[in-house]
Amino acid sequence: MDYGRSERPAGAAPLPTAIKILIAGGFGVGKTTMVGAVSETRPLRTEEVLTETGIGIDDLSGVEEKSTTTVAMDFGRITISDDLVLYLFGTPGQDRFWFVWDELALGALGAVVLADTRRLADCFPSIDYFEGRGTPFVVAVNCFEGARTFRLDEVQAALDLDPGVPVVLCDARQRESAKEVLITLLEHAMKLREARRRAAGD
Amino acid sequence: MTRPGDPTEQEWVDDHAGPVVRPYAVTGGRARPVTGTFDLISLVTATRNEVGSESGLGPEHVAIVGLCQRIQSVAEIAAHLDLPVGTVRVLLGDLAARSLVQVREPRATPAGLPDEHVFEAVINGLRAL
Repeated sequence: MDYGRSERPAGAAPLPTAIKILIAGGFGVGKTTMVGAVSETRPLRTEEVLTETGIGIDDLSGVEEKSTTTVAMDFGRITISDDLVLYLFGTPGQDRFWFVWDELALGALGAVVLADTRRLADCFPSIDYFEGRGTPFVVAVNCFEGARTFRLDEVQAALDLDPGVPVVLCDARQRESAKEVLITLLEHAMKLREARRRAAGD
Repeated sequence: MTRPGDPTEQEWVDDHAGPVVRPYAVTGGRARPVTGTFDLISLVTATRNEVGSESGLGPEHVAIVGLCQRIQSVAEIAAHLDLPVGTVRVLLGDLAARSLVQVREPRATPAGLPDEHVFEAVINGLRAL
């Protein structure tokens, strides 16, 4: 294909566009497992090293030397087509890394909030974050063995979710299950997008 | 006494050593790229099959050009080279300034969510997996 700049390797195709979806939730809820279940490669890990000034609200009182913090994010990749690549990012778990979330959430198609019914409160911060930001999200209840099963409307009520927010059951280890969660999210995001477009047009 | 550079000289023993000092050594102490912003999912491809010993390029630059013979995101480059994203951004800026890499920034979505056809393409792509 004759495209792009002359110094590019012969036969190179135009660069695809990348998009991303976030996988959020509490520590140990299965974020990286879900990324790995649908990714075409094993999950990769990337790190941001943040210096004292970048940490902002972090409490460093009593720390005399210049400090740094490393925030790790696991992610995976799904090649959708020749011109579209989807990345899935597991969000860093600690609340004090919200500013990293801001970078991750910018331009994201949406987010999956993974929930464990044994520790439901662990996903509250993620839900608050995406609600506040207006990022489309779904809640996926990861069905751990040994966990009591709840009805989805019970989970919806316990999380005090907007009735429009989908709540689904999943097994984060299973590719088909993880795919279904992502498709539910994308369909929900499309509906939200259409509703916002109509509201803006009024 | 050990001389500087002697492998037995191990002053950096805590976790401040590797992950903090080395990245800034790799970039010559620079924290920001000379050009470009480089989102985590900006896609990068090399414009040449290899680079020789061009002045100012280090082994990490050469490694990036090697990696980017296949299209890679900034996050993937950082993960494969085991370098922090900030360091990779600086190195990519050097390469972009020399036109050794081509970069595609992610779809700009200032008004919120992307076009409907992007969603449809992703849904269809996922179903086909």
